[in-house]
Amino acid sequence: MKDKQTVLKVDNLSISFTQYVKGLKTRNITPIKSLSIAIEAGEVLALVGASGSGKSLLAHAVLGILPGNATCGGTITYCGQPLTESSKARLRGKEISFIPQSVNYLDPLMRVADQVKIGLPRDNADSIQKDLFSRYGLKEKDGRLYPFELSGGMLRRVLFATSVRSGIKLVIADEPTPGIHPEALSAILNQLRKFADEGVAVMLITHDIVSALTISDKVTVLKNGSTVETTLAENFTDNGKKLQHPYTRSLWNALPQNSFFNYKGVSDWL
Amino acid sequence: MIGLSILSFIMLQCSPIDPIAAYVGGDTSLTPEQRLALEEYWGLDRPASEQYLTWLSNLLRGDFGVSKIHRKPVVEIIKEKAVASAALMGISWLLSGVIGFILGVTAAVKKGKVLDRFIKWIAYVQASIPTFWLGLLLLIIFSVWLRWFPIGISVPIGVTSSEVTLWDRLHHLVLPALTLSILGIANVTLHTREKMIEVLSSEYIIFAKARGETTWQIIKNHGLRNVALPAITLHFAYFGELFGGSVLAEQVFSYPGLGSTLTDAGLKGDLPLLMGIVMISAVFVFAGNTIADLLNASINPRLKEGV
Repeated sequence: MKDKQTVLKVDNLSISFTQYVKGLKTRNITPIKSLSIAIEAGEVLALVGASGSGKSLLAHAVLGILPGNATCGGTITYCGQPLTESSKARLRGKEISFIPQSVNYLDPLMRVADQVKIGLPRDNADSIQKDLFSRYGLKEKDGRLYPFELSGGMLRRVLFATSVRSGIKLVIADEPTPGIHPEALSAILNQLRKFADEGVAVMLITHDIVSALTISDKVTVLKNGSTVETTLAENFTDNGKKLQHPYTRSLWNALPQNSFFNYKGVSDWL
Repeated sequence: MIGLSILSFIMLQCSPIDPIAAYVGGDTSLTPEQRLALEEYWGLDRPASEQYLTWLSNLLRGDFGVSKIHRKPVVEIIKEKAVASAALMGISWLLSGVIGFILGVTAAVKKGKVLDRFIKWIAYVQASIPTFWLGLLLLIIFSVWLRWFPIGISVPIGVTSSEVTLWDRLHHLVLPALTLSILGIANVTLHTREKMIEVLSSEYIIFAKARGETTWQIIKNHGLRNVALPAITLHFAYFGELFGGSVLAEQVFSYPGLGSTLTDAGLKGDLPLLMGIVMISAVFVFAGNTIADLLNASINPRLKEGV
């Protein structure tokens, strides 16, 4: 890309929740303590980390869809402007699109074609939706079906189709790949790569580090709500000697394809 | 149905009301001979089981019998009263459904805010008010103090039936219908609110928000769609309570519908009429539940496959 613009920059983000324990006593839990990432236009950033490391929360914070009892600290900047709740509401679905991690995010009582049409310009929503369906290998008649009538793989593609809009600058994909057969998996990853090649910034949240590496430019590793390391994807090679942080290195080496070596500290990840 | 009819029959037999005494009213000139003749004429001298079987076999031939107090066939009376009752119940049913649904959705969207608490408070108050008390209150306020509405009956007094206009009928219907719907509103409001809150916290609503849909779009696109179904089902199943409520409301407003006729029949020991109305209302309640099931199956795509 010619002009490498930083689309999303998250600095020192913290998220805490207020919970009620025993009647009226409250307590705060802070699943995200200090999280910093940056994504440039035209690049795929893979966000890897164990379950509970705060990957999805980060996505929800950027989109402004955290539950009401959450409070955020730190700063989120989008294209050089601080991202406020009102600008989030304005940008959602128009410049920032979200691919959720579960097919439960589709309305169970709405035909899938209609769900894809939401947010499309009214005049040619029909033709755009048909285009998207054929692009993702969905048949036209599938559009008349309800989510419960489609297979998991097809629903993933429907979710994908909902995220494709003209004017999108940032795509946040929250674990789009689990439970998908290898062919569909590479199709999805290739599509994300294509977004990036068209100049979109892509945040890929995953714990499948191996497949993420096939398309990513950079990798940010999270642990317990903090950023461990951000590094180039090509550094994940040769026993990880180019990786800075021991946690990242042990993460990499613990993979079965590599030495399957269990350093101290990675066991709590596995 | 048969179980219900047997039960009603037994209850009537055990009732302390002597149908003959009720029939003649305060007339003490009835001689014991006349009394026996009446008993024989109505078949009251025969054992209860025989009376029941005679009634049942007549019913199966479509004969509901003749009312003792009205001296007319039961079917005719029911037909006549059912129209009045249907208007009353139909209007209250629609009103309570529409108003309740709107209030419920509003409360859910504004959950925890002042408006929500206000609607909830109203609903609780409504739900705990007895029908007849509410009816009396409305009568006192609107008919006695403000004189906006008539005190009772379904048509003006002293006017022949040919002169009664539709407006007159509606005018007389307002208060009973209001009384009856207010009770239904609470029911629908609270259920809709609960369901809507559940829907609004679901993942597909979060996703809708993430896709840039505004609150109103979310309600329109996903909320109503997912809440309407249970609300409609519930409202049809509410037919039974509606009928029960109409008995009280009609009594308070002396509205000549099925409900007040039923009370009358019960108090005067008019067995054929009472049994007739009980059977009809059982069919009515049963129909409500069946419609709810069928509707659910035909609207809900997840159940459609099985039908």
